Amino acid sequence: MHRAEEDNTPPTPDQSPELTPIDPALLRGLTERRHTRRSFLRGAGAGGGALAMGALLSACGIQGTEAAKGGPAFDWTAWWSRQKKHGVLNFANWPLYIDTDHGKHPSLEQFTAKTGIKVNYYEVIQDNAPFYAQISPTLRAGQSIGYDIIVMTNNDWTTIELFRINNWATPLEHGLIPNFFINATPLARNQSVDPGNEFTIPWQSGFTGIAYDPTKIGREIKSVHDLWDPAFKGHVGMMSDNTELGSLGLLALGIDPATSTEADWKKAATLLQKQRDQGLVRQYYDQSYIKALESGDVWITQAWSGDIFQANNSGYPHLKFIVPDEGMMVWTDVMMVPRHAQNPVDALMWMNFYYQPKIGAMVADWVNYVTPVGNTQAILKKSDPTVGNSPLVFPTKAMAAQAKQYYAYQNYDEFNTWNNIFNPIIQS
Amino acid sequence: MTWRQRLVPYMLGLPSAFWLTVFFAIPMVSVLSVSLMTGNPETGFNLTWHFGTFWNALTTYKTQFVRSFEYGAISTLAAVAIGYPMAYFIAFRGGRHKSTLLFIILLPFLVSYVIRMLSWNFLLADQGAILGTLKNIGILPQSARVLSTPFAVVTGLTYDAIPYMVLPIFVALEKIDPRVIRAANDLYANPRVAFTRIVLPLSSAGIFAGFLLVFVTNVGDYVAATILGGPGTTMIGNVIETSYLQDLNYPVAAALSSILMIVLLLVIFLYARTFGTDAVQEAVV
Repeated sequence: MHRAEEDNTPPTPDQSPELTPIDPALLRGLTERRHTRRSFLRGAGAGGGALAMGALLSACGIQGTEAAKGGPAFDWTAWWSRQKKHGVLNFANWPLYIDTDHGKHPSLEQFTAKTGIKVNYYEVIQDNAPFYAQISPTLRAGQSIGYDIIVMTNNDWTTIELFRINNWATPLEHGLIPNFFINATPLARNQSVDPGNEFTIPWQSGFTGIAYDPTKIGREIKSVHDLWDPAFKGHVGMMSDNTELGSLGLLALGIDPATSTEADWKKAATLLQKQRDQGLVRQYYDQSYIKALESGDVWITQAWSGDIFQANNSGYPHLKFIVPDEGMMVWTDVMMVPRHAQNPVDALMWMNFYYQPKIGAMVADWVNYVTPVGNTQAILKKSDPTVGNSPLVFPTKAMAAQAKQYYAYQNYDEFNTWNNIFNPIIQS
Repeated sequence: MTWRQRLVPYMLGLPSAFWLTVFFAIPMVSVLSVSLMTGNPETGFNLTWHFGTFWNALTTYKTQFVRSFEYGAISTLAAVAIGYPMAYFIAFRGGRHKSTLLFIILLPFLVSYVIRMLSWNFLLADQGAILGTLKNIGILPQSARVLSTPFAVVTGLTYDAIPYMVLPIFVALEKIDPRVIRAANDLYANPRVAFTRIVLPLSSAGIFAGFLLVFVTNVGDYVAATILGGPGTTMIGNVIETSYLQDLNYPVAAALSSILMIVLLLVIFLYARTFGTDAVQEAVV
């Protein structure tokens, strides 16, 4: 099977990283903690991974995906025209990532009331790579994984591999999701990973910038270079996620991560290694950096905007999140319809339903990330002013313009090169 | 005996043989075969008998290997030093409170390992309950810290190991007939000699079992280093986790696991040879 050529332009590898100016209305809601999202122990994931490993190893070789790329072009438009609504939708998402009221999800209930489609909502995704390890043997075997929509992060290699290298996502039939093209924010439409939204449309976005504790640091923080200030020796927090770590190193060099080269990566690694060798870094944290910042162990750290918004509203109002002069990173969790999904039409009906300002606002008000659904700001300002009036939740135009996209790996070798360059900083 | 009767023991062994094959032998062979594959997730992995991966993995992650064995050894020794007196006290002075005391030792197991490590993280914070107080009364300088140091990781490993150490030692000490010690005293052995010549050798099986349980798990641990460690405390478990789950570099992950397994088996073998297989059997019984 092959990606439809006629549907959309295939992703261009060297797409310009320049961002269309971001509508501030879209950059709302950066709150809920990602505890479970990037949980460092990955208990469930490891279990799934072990299963996947077993399956992988059953033969004396692990099948690749090159073969899947051959064959005649597949007519996806014709395929979509044959699909029918089934009245069921199996939706796999991260925990705590949708509006919830006493164990129910009002947005999904409204969807069911409106369309008659019953939604089975599964909070099964703890982290990208382990989830990918879990589903890939089934996808490789050409079978349905049982979910019609999955949500994964666009800065992660496994997400790219899934839809772009392996062709394991169904190209979206844009005619079935008109609301996306009416209401999606410019940010949601312009992803370096999937230009033209051929396979993915965003669920939520978030920012990676710098957070600090003004009671420990007696001056204003403005630059990523402040993470290299010897005065903060032993109290600097950096992320153990090598994509985040490497991207920050690139920002510090004044390089846009999306267009960076291997030579840039090495320079960034040298800079980051220096920071470590000087004893500045206290630890390379997973999401636990926020606890260390709250307890005062860490004074200045790489941070996810949502965590700081949440901390500000739960007993730590003094912590500050800033967008460094050099820029901050924006990541997006995207919805995809995996290959061989049993209810693709129902999946697209949900996507279309979600991209209504009213529904987007319901979800955004609960999860408090940056919603990709436009025209939601006015609704939220009225219904939840705490969220609505925070500069963290409503970033200024200047802040939004500072958002940079991650490097989109073209193939596994690039990903491997990135790992080999940045892992030693964290691991040695 | 008919052939049928002769077959019975083998038939009885079938379930366990099946279990071991499916859940031990096959995975083991799989891991070994993956470690000898080359390729990447796009082109696929093929068994090419590429032993070079082992060498590369070993040289690249030598530091983390050595560190893991260091941490494992230190935490095991510390656990013996702390656990032995505890077991001794419960076995010989516990009286009717023995079960209660044992229950208290086991109490931490009611809480997940991860949660306990996180509690340590909370307790040992720079301005936390312990360090904060010591700093305020001037015992420690303001800059002092415990978290993000090797000391914190080894302490965490030791803490978690103590119940595993206490239980087997307690079982071994419990079996000692008190009259043996009295006899030693009658033969003019002072308490120190009675302990080193009688009690300690008789309880060595317990120490042996405790060593196996603790050393093997601690060398492969990655939770303590993640939660309590800092730069320069990464253990081999962390590297394996990253290679497999994040880097999707299955051959390296498998090679690292295999090396760890082989080295551990070697250590156990040497250890068993030194202490004799009796100790192993006794420990198991």
